[in-house]
Amino acid sequence: MRSLTVSAGLASALVLQGCVTINIYFPAAAAEKAADKIIDEVWQLKKPEQPASPSSNTPQSK
Amino acid sequence: MRIMNIARCGWLPALLLLLASGAWAQANLEVNTPAISALQASMQKRHTELASFFGSGAVGLTRDGFVALRDANAVALAQRQQVNGLVAAENQDRSALYREIARANGKPEWENDIRTTFAQRWIDKAQGGWYYQNNAGAWTRK
Repeated sequence: MRSLTVSAGLASALVLQGCVTINIYFPAAAAEKAADKIIDEVWQLKKPEQPASPSSNTPQSK
Repeated sequence: MRIMNIARCGWLPALLLLLASGAWAQANLEVNTPAISALQASMQKRHTELASFFGSGAVGLTRDGFVALRDANAVALAQRQQVNGLVAAENQDRSALYREIARANGKPEWENDIRTTFAQRWIDKAQGGWYYQNNAGAWTRK
C-alpha cells in the first residue's frame, strides 16, 4: 500500500515536470511563419498587390 | 501561452494538447517592432547588391542562418572588398534580427531556435543555382 502511494507521488511529480516542459516548448510553426514573412520581404519574393504596406493586416488581440 | 491553465497538469489533457499542437500554428510570433522593421529594410536594400554574388556562387547561405564568402575567385579583384563588407554587414543584421525577434516575444532564450528556423527557410527559399551548406556543412548548389 505504501509503495502504491510512493509511486503515485512519483507519477504526479513526473506529470508536473511534464507541464513545465510543455510550457517552454518552442513554437516552431509560428517561427517558420514569421521567418517566411520576413524572408519574402527581404528577398522580395512575393510581389504584394498593395505596394509594401505591412500595416494592412489588422492587429490581432493577444 | 497559458498552457498550464489549459493542461491542468493531467496526462490526457497534456497529450491532447500535444496532438492538437496545431493550435500553436495559430499563434503568431511578434515581428512588427521598429527594430525588426529597420533590420528588414536594411537587409532588403542590401539584397539588391548581394543577389548577384549569390547568383555567381561567390556568396552562399550557411547552415547556421548566416551568409559566407564561398568562392573569392568568383569575385573580381576590385569587388572583393565590397563583397566582404556586404557579407559582414549582412551577418550583423541577421544576428540582430534573430536576437530582436526573440526579445520582441519576451523569450531571449529562443534566439538559437529562431536562427535555426531561419537557416532552413533561407535555404528553402533560395533561388536555383545559389549555394548553401548542407547538414554536413558542405557547399551544395541548389
